[in-house]
Amino acid sequence: MDIPPIESGAGMKIAVCAKVVPEQARRIDPETKRLDRSGEQTLNPFDANAVEEALRLKGDDAGAEVVLVSLGPERSLDALRKALAMGADRVVLVADEAAAGSDLVASSYALAQVLEREGADLILFGQQANDSDGAVMWAAVADRLRRPLISQVAELTVSDGTLRGKRQTEFGYDVIEAPLPVAVAVSDAINEPRYPSLKGIMGAKKKPQQTLSLSDLGVDADRAGEAGSRTEVYAIGEPPPRGETQRIDDDGTGAEKIVEFLLERKAL
Amino acid sequence: MSTLVFLEHHEGELQKDSLGVLGKAAQLGDDVSALIAGSGVEGLAAQAARFGASKVYLADDPALAAPLPQPRVDVAADLIRRHGFDTVLFGATVLTADVAAGLAARLDAGLNWDLVELTQENGKLVGKRPALDDTVYVDVGWKSEPRLALIRTGTFEPVESGGEAGVEQVDVQLQDFSTLATMVEQAHEESEGPSIEEADVIVAGGRGLGGPENFALIEELAKALGGAVAATRAVVDAGWYPYSAQVGQTGKTVSPRLYVALGISGAIQHKVGMQGSNVIVAINKDPNAPIFEYADLGVVGDLHQIVPKLTELVNAKNAAHFPRG
Ligand SMILES: Cc1cc2nc3c(=O)[nH]c(=O)nc-3n(C[C@H](O)[C@H](O)[C@H](O)COP(=O)(O)OP(=O)(O)OC[C@H]3O[C@@H](n4cnc5c(N)ncnc54)[C@H](O)[C@@H]3O)c2cc1C
Ligand SMILES: Cc1cc2nc3c(=O)[nH]c(=O)nc-3n(C[C@H](O)[C@H](O)[C@H](O)COP(=O)(O)OP(=O)(O)OC[C@H]3O[C@@H](n4cnc5c(N)ncnc54)[C@H](O)[C@@H]3O)c2cc1C
Repeated sequence: MDIPPIESGAGMKIAVCAKVVPEQARRIDPETKRLDRSGEQTLNPFDANAVEEALRLKGDDAGAEVVLVSLGPERSLDALRKALAMGADRVVLVADEAAAGSDLVASSYALAQVLEREGADLILFGQQANDSDGAVMWAAVADRLRRPLISQVAELTVSDGTLRGKRQTEFGYDVIEAPLPVAVAVSDAINEPRYPSLKGIMGAKKKPQQTLSLSDLGVDADRAGEAGSRTEVYAIGEPPPRGETQRIDDDGTGAEKIVEFLLERKAL
Repeated sequence: MSTLVFLEHHEGELQKDSLGVLGKAAQLGDDVSALIAGSGVEGLAAQAARFGASKVYLADDPALAAPLPQPRVDVAADLIRRHGFDTVLFGATVLTADVAAGLAARLDAGLNWDLVELTQENGKLVGKRPALDDTVYVDVGWKSEPRLALIRTGTFEPVESGGEAGVEQVDVQLQDFSTLATMVEQAHEESEGPSIEEADVIVAGGRGLGGPENFALIEELAKALGGAVAATRAVVDAGWYPYSAQVGQTGKTVSPRLYVALGISGAIQHKVGMQGSNVIVAINKDPNAPIFEYADLGVVGDLHQIVPKLTELVNAKNAAHFPRG
């Protein structure tokens, strides 16, 4: 069931939902019970696949546009520039203190408000946010926008206003079709995201970068942040104890060490 | 508690994880209803009753034949509104995650995902949730009803209690946008050859292999160890290896004596398919790869350097054990 090659998305407007996540050393702050976002931030790696797919669909069609939409703290712009450097045209960031601590209900609401304003033909999502591993956002957003939805897409084509996606489930592969405008979440196998070129990096700074507050969007404060959230965190605990794990650096004797270990564990 | 459990089914069988969640719900309270949505699904009601449902709602309609989420959101939302269930539970799959998240938006209802336990504490429902690659366990709850929860793959075993249930057909009214996505084709796996589920040793490869041709490295090591070859979704989706060899949430669940993970980051969705392995060995060049959190032996290094040598050493050991002539 090979899918025919991409036809250009003539004049298509594509919105890519991109989340900015902590680069390393992830921890939950015991005070706020939220993810500690104080360290270095980076573009959610799974969202680079969505950006790449958008750029592929856009091709060299000057009439098409790729806009990044993100909800997060103001300083997320630094990390989002990576996606601009890859080739996205502009970014709209919803940054508002009152949105901190938003759960799925609250964040999908705010995202849907921006996306409604943007009115894209195609809304792309990454496979999952690598801090929360939700892999659910698209379904909430699609419901709010009353648009068709295809998730986990590993291969996609657009032709004659219809998007066709191939995706894996627990039982094998599905091919699903939906007319534009449509919300689509891509798998991390859909493509190999490009590295930004030096020219791209230089050019990124000059691309339009808009920051909106919740009130700019007409989102009432009680629909955002903790007030707008319907889930809560009670306590943060240790994982159950598990057997000892050993980690060694390969200094050229990795193979020998593995064999020793396997013999020790009687696994050889 | 009045709980609704969404039951997924495939080829005339209710899914094992769905039944496991049903059993858990029955253990938490006695008023447990089940929703089965599909086309020609009447026959499944009795099975739901045997595994803990005291009431079964059937949404039986040709428009629900394809396993697509949005029509199921419509049906579930109507049912939940009508009966005021305070809790709605799902065994997590590709389909149910989309149904649950769609419902969260539709009903303005909290959704906690990836739960591995549910308990009642002073009348309050509390979910246990591993987070950040399972390095912390968080107790989570809901601020309002209905409370929606997705239970991690493979968490609860079904319990056959042998009960009976009242069965009620529900009206199927779909939103315009819910029927825009259509199933064009479904290719289900034909199983051929021995299944990796029975293998005693598994050598698995991920995107770190660098290309499909490098699966040869894995195959040689697997041969030396007398094992089978497995793969991650990333490489199966990319067409490097067949789906029948995939381990994880949407692939096989395996528990061999030895699992060797090569160039695999160790995502939760992979872990749920192989965490039951007796001994796990991983080679990954990234010292921060999540796989190192649960590998019994983790080697930080380049698999291209280590694996050929490892295969050679294992072959030499085999030859020493079974000398020729
Ligand atoms: C450890 C942890 C656990 C959490 N558990 C829950 C929970 O059980 N229930 C709950 O309601 N909330 C939870 N949250 C909060 C939740 O992550 C945020 O509300 C987030 O905005 C929603 O992301 P998601 O996890 O649904 O993303 P996913 O569904 O994993 O993200 C899928 C895609 O949606 C897009 N996307 C996601 N977030 C954004 C964003 N902020 N801006 C732009 N695009 C975005 C990206 O394309 C991304 O690839 C948790 C957060 C953390 C850190
Ligand atoms: C609903 C859903 C269901 C899913 N189901 C499954 C499933 O059933 N099974 C599954 O596997 N995944 C599943 N996934 C996908 C999962 O989240 C990960 O994206 C996937 O497992 C990653 O595969 P990978 O480890 O091969 O690739 P990556 O995450 O890209 O990891 C590659 C690793 O190779 C390492 N590496 C690179 N080069 C070398 C080298 N030379 N030597 C050593 N190491 C190297 C890198 O450091 C990296 O850690 C699912 C996701 C979702 C959202």
